[in-house]
Amino acid sequence: MTIIEALDIGLAFLVLGVAGWTIAAHEAFTAVIGYVVYGLLLALVWVRLFALDVALTEAAIGSGVTGVLLISAAVRLRASEAEMMHERLGIAPRLVAAALCLVAAAALAAVVLDMPDPGATLAPQARQPLAELGLGNAITAVLIAYRAFDTMLEKVVLVLAVIGVWSLSTDANWGGLAGPTRLERTEGPLAFLAQLLPPLGIIVALHIVWVGANEPGGAFQGGALLSAMALIVLMARLREAPAIGRRWLRVALISGPVVFLAIGLLGFALAGGFLAYPLGFAKPVIVFIEVFMTLSVAATLPMLVIGPPDRRPS
Amino acid sequence: MTSLLVWSLAVPIGGALLAFVVGGRRVHWFALATLPIGLAIAIAIAAALSRSSGPLLYLIGGWSPPLGVALRADWLSAIMMVITAVVICGIAAFACGDFISPRPAEARRPFAFWILLLALWSALNLVFLSGDLFTLYVALELLVFSAVPLVCLDGRAETLRAALRYLLFALLGSVLYLVGTGLLYGACGTLDIDLLAACLRPEPVTLVAASLMTAGLLAKTALFPLYLWLPAAHAGAPPAASAVLSALVVKGSFFVAVRLWFFVMPALPGEAATQVMSALAAAAIVFASLLALRQDRLKLLVAYSTLAQIGYIFLMFALAFDEGSGRMVQGSALVGGMMQAISHATAKAGMFMAAGMIYASLGHDRISELGGIARAAPLAALTFLLAGLALIGPPSSGVYLAKTLLLRAADNTGQWWWAGVLQVGGVLTSAYLILVVAHALAPMRRAPTPGHAAIPRLQQAAALALVLCSLVLGLVPWQPWLPLPVAMSGHGPLGLAALWSMLWPILIGVPVAYLLGRRGNRRPWRVALWLEDADRLLRQWPTAGASLVAVAVALAAAMFFGR
Repeated sequence: MTIIEALDIGLAFLVLGVAGWTIAAHEAFTAVIGYVVYGLLLALVWVRLFALDVALTEAAIGSGVTGVLLISAAVRLRASEAEMMHERLGIAPRLVAAALCLVAAAALAAVVLDMPDPGATLAPQARQPLAELGLGNAITAVLIAYRAFDTMLEKVVLVLAVIGVWSLSTDANWGGLAGPTRLERTEGPLAFLAQLLPPLGIIVALHIVWVGANEPGGAFQGGALLSAMALIVLMARLREAPAIGRRWLRVALISGPVVFLAIGLLGFALAGGFLAYPLGFAKPVIVFIEVFMTLSVAATLPMLVIGPPDRRPS
Repeated sequence: MTSLLVWSLAVPIGGALLAFVVGGRRVHWFALATLPIGLAIAIAIAAALSRSSGPLLYLIGGWSPPLGVALRADWLSAIMMVITAVVICGIAAFACGDFISPRPAEARRPFAFWILLLALWSALNLVFLSGDLFTLYVALELLVFSAVPLVCLDGRAETLRAALRYLLFALLGSVLYLVGTGLLYGACGTLDIDLLAACLRPEPVTLVAASLMTAGLLAKTALFPLYLWLPAAHAGAPPAASAVLSALVVKGSFFVAVRLWFFVMPALPGEAATQVMSALAAAAIVFASLLALRQDRLKLLVAYSTLAQIGYIFLMFALAFDEGSGRMVQGSALVGGMMQAISHATAKAGMFMAAGMIYASLGHDRISELGGIARAAPLAALTFLLAGLALIGPPSSGVYLAKTLLLRAADNTGQWWWAGVLQVGGVLTSAYLILVVAHALAPMRRAPTPGHAAIPRLQQAAALALVLCSLVLGLVPWQPWLPLPVAMSGHGPLGLAALWSMLWPILIGVPVAYLLGRRGNRRPWRVALWLEDADRLLRQWPTAGASLVAVAVALAAAMFFGR
């Protein structure tokens, strides 16, 4: 056993341990912390499986943005947590439930371990048209070419999520502001970090988007990083989030799906079909779409995290 | 012509995104402008399909499966799309009374409602058209994220709770569906429905995948016993939203289940699993109908009626199984199930709207105090009555056609017990309708709370139109689209036998309603109390979670050992 293998096995046990701890945790806040750690460990697992794109996404979305969202939710729910515990079963039904879960998990594990190795895959086929598209990263080709439609619709789902969050505000606060208020004077480590990090973060994010065409990275990961920068600034209370009625905010939120859909429909006229890219121009078109998708993701995630508007526009 | 499939998705999505960015008090204009276009596209697709020799196919971006994704329109998609378009138009007309910003500024409820309505429409069209299991997953996500906020548009604490339950349980269902999809990709290296159908063999991995995906879809559809979210969500939403949720949203995940069982893996489930599905359906019909009798609020009664109707549309699974070939057959049982689905969609939309109008004119919807409603809101009361009749199934209605087809399938396959469930269901449906009618005919106890505005004419017309739609669905010449048995075209809809088939459930329903129905403070039968306890238990998280796993395990066991 090499040292790498030993580390891999250790990582696997750590993931299982943290997962178990997260499930066993009694308080929501503890469970959320467990979940964030679990996400980061999972990102390492993806790295070890040579799935860098997935690792980046898992770290940025799975534990990063979702983590912030869950922590703020857990803090907000703390007062009402005891009340929620009344839907609790006695010991016998719990044993039945545990037995059922064990059976389901065992069946799942058995069929996964029983699968042929290597399993059925489209990876070689996905690489063939890469040159024609001018791309180097097969995952980007899947997301923006072969399954472009699914990607476009996923961005629409994000817009719907924003509408869902906003719709939780009161009628009086509609069109107003959400998130932390701005402070006149800000000091301390968070404010310092919020001034130091964003320039670096923005450059790294743009880099991730740009290299996404050929290497691991892309609109979602880059957009998530940008949104993290925005969140730091918001949480350090250097700036306030824009009012939800602001036109430019709404344009930014839908720019990704709208540009995607418009280019898809232009394909009818220019490339012979919906979401077909004109021959020879595939790469610039794809990069164009990715830029707007990044913008959409970067605008959407902070709006989801800060929640519904709770005060009128000042 | 096949590019229409794309336009049927792009038009509502485009409308929703435009409405989002332009906003303001005229959000509804975008929706109202989109409606006729979408309806025309759906009808054009159905017309094109009746002329075409096979399903309409569109390869997105020119990439053919397995690498790319395809849109396919077959007869199932076509009828569902047209009925969905009709119901959405009716609901939009009704919503014009409730969801137009009164002030010159943009308002929260109209903004959310109209955009979500359009998004929901595109999601449903995608469910009906998609030829790929992952695109179907995306469609289901679109559906959930546009449906959940509709539940809590009123912003009351109990509706927020209902919406959260719905969201979490539906997402649990999504996870199960997604895990199964991953397993199928690992087994076959494709997610295209036609390619998978050619590749899948009954082996452990595919059977586990099938049972997980089915359990997930049942959770999203709220088939018994996985319904913890439905009564509160459907009864608490504003009337127009309740109509969308009950009539259309639950049909989305039902449709995916049909695609999965009849098109992706017709040879996989085997007989025992189909019996499990129909047993759950039968339990839903009996249990939820009895509980409908026990409700004290009209909207809750309608919500439990939806639960029972979800049972009806799933009952066909055992009837569509062909013992000889060991496969699910796309024959009259499937047509019966789909006919039941579209009849329920139109009737239930009208019924929820009628319940909403009754609430608006009385200021409450307590069943025991419905007396005098026939005078206070005659058209709303009539619409409710007709919607109830449409669910029982007079000879011209879609439900009658559906029942005839299902009974015939039960007869042909020798499964008399499912025919019995259908008849019992008819009696119970009559019983809860009779209960409402009996209370409505009572004299008015006190004057209606003053200050309630008259119900807009448009709302009354929209609700009535949808219900009438359901009542004449049985007369539509379906032959160009549906694989109907030829003999069906000549069923005498006005014969004495047909009329009697509707009358006897009502006659038996009267004593059932008297014995089991909630009537004032009278001490109910002990059975009724047990039912209510069971209902409360099933609507708790731990029970619902355990039931979800139990359903998955039961389906997998049936698929493994029952073939």
